[in-house]
Amino acid sequence: MPATKKLGLKQKYALMTRGLDWETTYQPMEKVFPYDQFEGIKVKNWDAWEDPFRLTMDAYWKIQAEKERKLYAVIDSISQNNAQLGITDARYINAVKIFIQGVTPLEYQAHRHFAHVARHLRGVGPRIAAQMQSLDELRHAQTQIHTISHYNKFFDGMHDWQHMHDRVWYLSVPKSFFDDAVTAGPFEFLTAISFSFEYVLTNLLFVPFMSGAAYNGDLATVTFGFSAQSDESRHMTLGLEVVKFILEQDEANLPIVQRWIDKWFWRGYRLLSLVGMMMDYMLPKKVMSWAEAWEMYYEEQGGALFADLGRYGIRPPKHEDVARKEKDRISHEVWAIFYNYTHAAAFHTWDIDDEHMRWLSEKYPKTFDQLYRPRLLMWRDMARAGKRFYNNALPQLCNLCQIPMAFTEPDDPTTICFRSSELGGDRYHFCSDGCKEIFDQEPEKFVQSWLPVHQIFQGNCGGASVEDVLKWYHLNLGADNLDYAGSPEQKMWDQWMAGRHVAQAAE
Amino acid sequence: MNIDIQGLTLEPRRQTYSHIARRFGADRPASRYEEASYDVQATTNFHHRPLYQPEFQIFDPRRTKIVMADWYKFRDPRQLYYGTYNMSRAAMLQAIDKNFDFIEERAMLANVEPAWLEKVKEYLIPMRHYEWGANANNQLITDWGYGTQITSASAFCGADRLGMAQIISRIGLAIDGNTGDTLQAGRNLWLNASYWQGVRKMVEDSFVEADWFQTLVAQDLAMDGVMHPLVFARFDAEGQKHNGVPLSMLSEFMSEWYADNARWVDAVVKTAIAESDANAQLVSAWFAAWAGRAAEAARPLAEHVLGAAGKSAVEEIADKLMTRAAGLGIKA
Repeated sequence: MPATKKLGLKQKYALMTRGLDWETTYQPMEKVFPYDQFEGIKVKNWDAWEDPFRLTMDAYWKIQAEKERKLYAVIDSISQNNAQLGITDARYINAVKIFIQGVTPLEYQAHRHFAHVARHLRGVGPRIAAQMQSLDELRHAQTQIHTISHYNKFFDGMHDWQHMHDRVWYLSVPKSFFDDAVTAGPFEFLTAISFSFEYVLTNLLFVPFMSGAAYNGDLATVTFGFSAQSDESRHMTLGLEVVKFILEQDEANLPIVQRWIDKWFWRGYRLLSLVGMMMDYMLPKKVMSWAEAWEMYYEEQGGALFADLGRYGIRPPKHEDVARKEKDRISHEVWAIFYNYTHAAAFHTWDIDDEHMRWLSEKYPKTFDQLYRPRLLMWRDMARAGKRFYNNALPQLCNLCQIPMAFTEPDDPTTICFRSSELGGDRYHFCSDGCKEIFDQEPEKFVQSWLPVHQIFQGNCGGASVEDVLKWYHLNLGADNLDYAGSPEQKMWDQWMAGRHVAQAAE
Repeated sequence: MNIDIQGLTLEPRRQTYSHIARRFGADRPASRYEEASYDVQATTNFHHRPLYQPEFQIFDPRRTKIVMADWYKFRDPRQLYYGTYNMSRAAMLQAIDKNFDFIEERAMLANVEPAWLEKVKEYLIPMRHYEWGANANNQLITDWGYGTQITSASAFCGADRLGMAQIISRIGLAIDGNTGDTLQAGRNLWLNASYWQGVRKMVEDSFVEADWFQTLVAQDLAMDGVMHPLVFARFDAEGQKHNGVPLSMLSEFMSEWYADNARWVDAVVKTAIAESDANAQLVSAWFAAWAGRAAEAARPLAEHVLGAAGKSAVEEIADKLMTRAAGLGIKA
């Protein structure tokens, strides 16, 4: 036997991984890998892929098994100890509802589509990176389902999340985002999800939900969130590596990647407006405002990233100036949408109390008192008079991001922003130049969009009345929907808290 | 936080998610496997057709000719979800790591008859490419399969195949003292040795089949049903005559894995066949074609390793596979 050479991690990984693949000769490579060239991305040398993780399967199993053992021990203890009693307020749970309805199905979609990438790219390095992420995404979907399962036993709105994700109007926003990504080619998918979302914008999803959970006593979400974070750091590395790899392969790739970065920045940003609403309006104990998060995680960190990518010829995404102008407005505009349509949503909205308004006023000194406080006060008065405002007209949706058309002109916060394009005798409506330009680039793709309001009017959503549609959504009427005030959830929570006060008084 | 809940009744308002309760006809507490594996996949109202495959929806049952009234009949008898899957494989690996340490500390590979060790390099090391091919085929099932159940199990199977390709690589590195020469030589054999070309051609042909259920039958039942018993049982048994025990110990993961994976494969195939005659005919035809090819492709390899006994070794394995298939309802 030869003397055993010591191997470093990098060498060991290379020996165990590189060269597993081969150029097929009994079948042409174009037939074995039919989908990795139609986007026009040129790859000269797949071996130039720098493996970002250098993780072999044996190490993966060991690390992940250990993480899962710890996580499930905490999940068990959460349900045994009724940890839901420790949250700040039952209103907080509405953030968790949005998470399982809107985010968990996307984690699952990512699992399936990273398997697509793992099969259909021809380089072994990115294929292994993609399949490990595919497994991770399945983990995230399943651990979220298992953790939130306990909340579902007590709280409303979480009981039929997949059915709702495929049907409910506002869940069409995250669904259409991901459907767009997975129906694109593999390189656009990686640019969209791994780079634009997981690398550039991830902190704007992760930090609000996880810190929100930590601030509000939600141990369950904190636990799966932080357990997932160690996977996420791998995914972020993959995102940056993908874009650098593509750009280094051929300079003809630059304009294609730039167009994708522009597109997916805007799509991601529009999707995150729902998170902005959650941060500013739904957390009983606040972490930071949307505007602060945008400044810290996009304007500062993203600015540094795009300065770095400048050496490849990449410029910052188009319309980031619009996002900057909108940062004092979008969370308020989106809360207003959901306050209007809470009767058709599987989570609650409510009257914003004075203390909360003081916080909003402090965080948004240029906009809140002038533009949004009067509206909230009017709604409060209406509710007190027994006329809680629900908007019974169906909203016009942006054909691209699918959010109701309630965003305002970049330079005028009092005028709704309308844009449109004509195609084949039909007019398509958009909330912004960003959404319109994405449509105009690929109209044949976006005329296919499943627009919930159009579908309701066409009779494809369970019937002609609002109640028919809500039943088709599987909403438990009077429990999942409507204002928090008077909800079964509020009643249950108040009973729990009253019991606690009595118990404390008896000590 | 210490909360006194005296006087409070914390009665759950429901036991599980509505889609799970509908499926089992009652709101009863569900297992973690059930909540993780039933109905997580989107089924309707997709926004766009794939640019690369506009004839299909994102998830589309028409990607296979197999027809199921309910795609959630493919219950995994092992009930694996991500957590239990990784814990199971980590436990299996622990035994393997111990074996590697044991054998390396005692330099036990030096006891294997040199001529047999050469054979091992020829039959075992190229298997890493076979496993990589199996990895790709299981990724395809996860990509295009229908329903959470069957596709998460295939994702685990795919990961297993990468893991085994890497365990085989580790065996190669243990043989060559970490130079990687064995791996390079094994790759050349896979690409050029005449006794491997039937297997490589079969694997490459499987890559261009579009029907994912056929891929499952071809890869996980037919091809594996010949290759795994041949390499990890029959060749391994032959090695016992040549002081090959250390190699059996290093390959233990593969034997244990095969039995475990076969439980899932058998359940899936049996269920698809039981659904309809049309399914039974499709699966039987696919199986006949791929099992026949696999036996034929493996024969030169078997003869290279076992000499004259190779032909009958493959026949015995093929017979056993036919018996197993008949038990699943596959018609000859």
